[in-house]
Order: sequence, then C-alpha cells, then structure tokens
Amino acid sequence: MYPSEYLYSREHEWVRVEDDTCVLGITEFAQAELGEVVFVELPEIGQVFDTNDELGTIESVKAVAEVFTPVAGEVIEVNDAVVEDPELLNEDPHGEGWLLKMRFSSAADLKDLMNAEQYEEFVKSGES
Amino acid sequence: MVDFAGWDMPVQYAGVIEEHRAVRTAAGLFDVSHMGEIRVRGAGTEAFLQRLTPNDVSKLAAGRAHYSGLLTERGTYVDDLLIYRLAPEEFLVVVNASNAPRDFEWIASRASGDAEVIDESERWALLALQGPKALPILTPLASPGIAALRYYGFLQGEVAGVPALISRTGYTGEDGFEIYLAPEHAAAVWERLMEAGAEHGLQPAGLGARDTLRLEAAMALYGHEIDEETTPLEAGLDWVVKLDKGGDFLGRDALLAQRAEGLGKKLVGFEVQGRGIARQGHAVLSDGDGVGVVTSGTWSPTFEKALGMAYVPPALAAPGTSLTIGVRGRELPAVVVTPPFYRRPR
Repeated sequence: MYPSEYLYSREHEWVRVEDDTCVLGITEFAQAELGEVVFVELPEIGQVFDTNDELGTIESVKAVAEVFTPVAGEVIEVNDAVVEDPELLNEDPHGEGWLLKMRFSSAADLKDLMNAEQYEEFVKSGES
Repeated sequence: MVDFAGWDMPVQYAGVIEEHRAVRTAAGLFDVSHMGEIRVRGAGTEAFLQRLTPNDVSKLAAGRAHYSGLLTERGTYVDDLLIYRLAPEEFLVVVNASNAPRDFEWIASRASGDAEVIDESERWALLALQGPKALPILTPLASPGIAALRYYGFLQGEVAGVPALISRTGYTGEDGFEIYLAPEHAAAVWERLMEAGAEHGLQPAGLGARDTLRLEAAMALYGHEIDEETTPLEAGLDWVVKLDKGGDFLGRDALLAQRAEGLGKKLVGFEVQGRGIARQGHAVLSDGDGVGVVTSGTWSPTFEKALGMAYVPPALAAPGTSLTIGVRGRELPAVVVTPPFYRRPR
C-alpha cells in the first residue's frame, strides 16, 4: 500500500527524495479520509516555505484540508494535472496525484519523517 | 461513521458524489432513524397544534402531512417539523434528532385540552427511499395504493410484510417515500429493499449525500438556514406561516410586526463563480466588511460547481446580485440565484 521508497509525515503527506529535491503528495489514508476531491489549490513556482507552512488546500465535497509542507524549501514544479483533474488525488494519490516538487533547503527535515512501515503503524494505531 | 446527536450515522457508503447521482438518476436508501417522533392525541389536539404551530392544521386532512415548525414568542425557530394527521384528533410530529428532547418538552409543557403528548422516538425507525426509481422499487413490496399517494400523502400499511407508515415525502428534491416502522424490523426491511432495488440501480446513501441533495433542492436544515435567531419570513418560508388562519399562534405577533417593519436579512441561494467552496460560517463581504453569513455551502454533484445559501441584507438579495464571500482570507466571487438550484423533471 505505502511505497517503501517514500517518507511520510504525521500530517499524512508523502515525500519522494531525488538528490536535493523532493516530490510531495498526500497519502492513500488522507485521500480516503477526505473523500471525493473537487478542488486543489497549489502555490506558485518560486514560492519559498518553512517547515510546516501551509502549502495549499485540498477540498472535497465534505471537507477542506490544508497541506503543510514537512520540509522547508522552494517550489520548483507543480502538478497542473491534479489542479485540472482533482479526482487524480483519489485515484492515484501516490503517483499521478502528486502535488508539487520542491528544492529543499535542509536535509535535516527528512530525519523527522517516518518510513513506510512506521507510517503504516502510525495509521493503524489511530493516533492520526 | 460519525456521531450525530448521539446516533452513529453513516456519512457515506460508496462516496457522496456517487450516492448523490444514484438518487438523482435511480434511487438511494437512507437510514434516518435518528429523526424524532412525537405522538399528540386526544380531544382538543387540533386546536392545540393550531396554536402551537404556524401552518394551518385545520386544513390538514387525515392521511396527509404538512411542513411546519415550532416558533418562539419572537417568531424564531425552535425546530422545523412535519405533522402527520393520523386521525381527526391524532397526529405524529416528526422533528430533528438534535432537537427532539427539547421539542418534546416544548410541546408537552404547552399541551392544552385533553391532548396527550408521547415521545415515540425510540419506537420508530425511518428509512427514506428516494429517487425516480423509488416507486417501481417499493411497489412489489408495499401495500397497494402507494402509487396513488400524492406528495405529502401517506398511508398505514405494510412493507415486506411488516406494518409501516408510508409517506410520499423526502428531503432530496426527488420523488420518493419515507417508511416509518418498528426498529426491530428495520434491518430486514432495509435488506429487502436493497434486494428489490438492485436491478433499478438502488444504492445505500449516507448523511453526506443527504446534505448535498437537500442543498440543491434548497431545503432548510436546522442549525444552518434556520435556528433560534431566524424567522420563517427571513428564511423565505412564508408559505409555512398562515398569519390569517384564524386565531393566534405562538410567534404570530412577532411575525406580523416583522412583516410590517420589513426584514433585516434574507436567505438567498448563490452560485460560486471562482474556484473554491463557500461553506457554513464564511462571511458575505461588502467593501471588506462582513454583512452576511453563509449558512450552507457545498460542491454540487449535479451542476459540478459550488453552491450555497446565505443570509444577506435585503439590498443584496435580488437574483443576479454579485456577492463576495471571504474564504480563508481570500475573496470568492458569487452571484445570487433563485432557489431551488435543482427541480426534478416531471
């Protein structure tokens, strides 16, 4: 269910690290909690965020969720496809439904994230 | 599942949008057993309810229901409700779950004549079968005569061999039936309906779809469009208030005064024009100042855009008026439209 090469936050985001950049999205658990997503709002390319800043929002029929970035850095790419076609987030949250790519400013942020096994435990434990 | 006024309620089964569309195109089955039921009977009951509620109970025939409310002296809502006339002096009053204990107290403490007020909430389960396929699904399982029921008509008969009160009512804007029955039979009748409905595309539907459906139909929900700070006149429910029905009723003086003085706020429907959803509690802005408030707002599965209802000053209430709604620090443009958003094809 949760790709082993990703890292996960307690806010239910995933991060895939590629050198000094990372791709960021929300997890299967998060999309299931939200239900059918109808709007995705993402930041502009070039915007800079601190750890735990609000990056954007995801709205479903029944709820709105803020997306907080688990890593500090600069946005270098956003997924226009998911803005156009929000159901991608429900259909493939770990793949086609990715949100954006960042160049992170410090690899230290990554140390606070969970691996897939830990995240799965975290979700199961109901602490989320 | 969520806790709703102490009841464990399903928000969704397959998903809000899918369930919503099933109700609009085929049928959906809702478990709304949380609704409260209060029986009022005995000599003088008609006169009692006539004084307690704003609609005209004297015009309500046995075998018919009507939409009404409980109002305070100030003409504001304690609750909205349905009144079923079972017999000349016997009625079933159906109220919102969250208000049921207070409604019972409200009614019982004001009872006059020989009216007896009985809380029957625990004695009734309620299944709502809604959608254009509701009639063909229910027909083989129910007492004859359901096809002849008009909107807001009901009969006491059987569904799947079990005694039931079957009424042609609902909260979705579609044709459909609400089936009141004893709780011990509810699960079996649910199963029989789901089996009978399979070939018609029947789906179980939850609170989420119930809310998007009622909002498209611009039906008021207690705690949103109506509450103890709003009157039926402000909520656009003038048709429920029969000021000239003969005799006084609770809240009448206040409503007469409000009609004479004019309204300070009016409920409107709106369509969001930008990207985003205006939801309950968001402010309607004028030059940056809050002048109104959104009472309900959602993404509409039928129209694929965000819709809602809001209280605004009368000057902003005309259809076509542009509104600005403050959503998390952003300004979202919207336009006033004439409700209901959705009217079923006939």
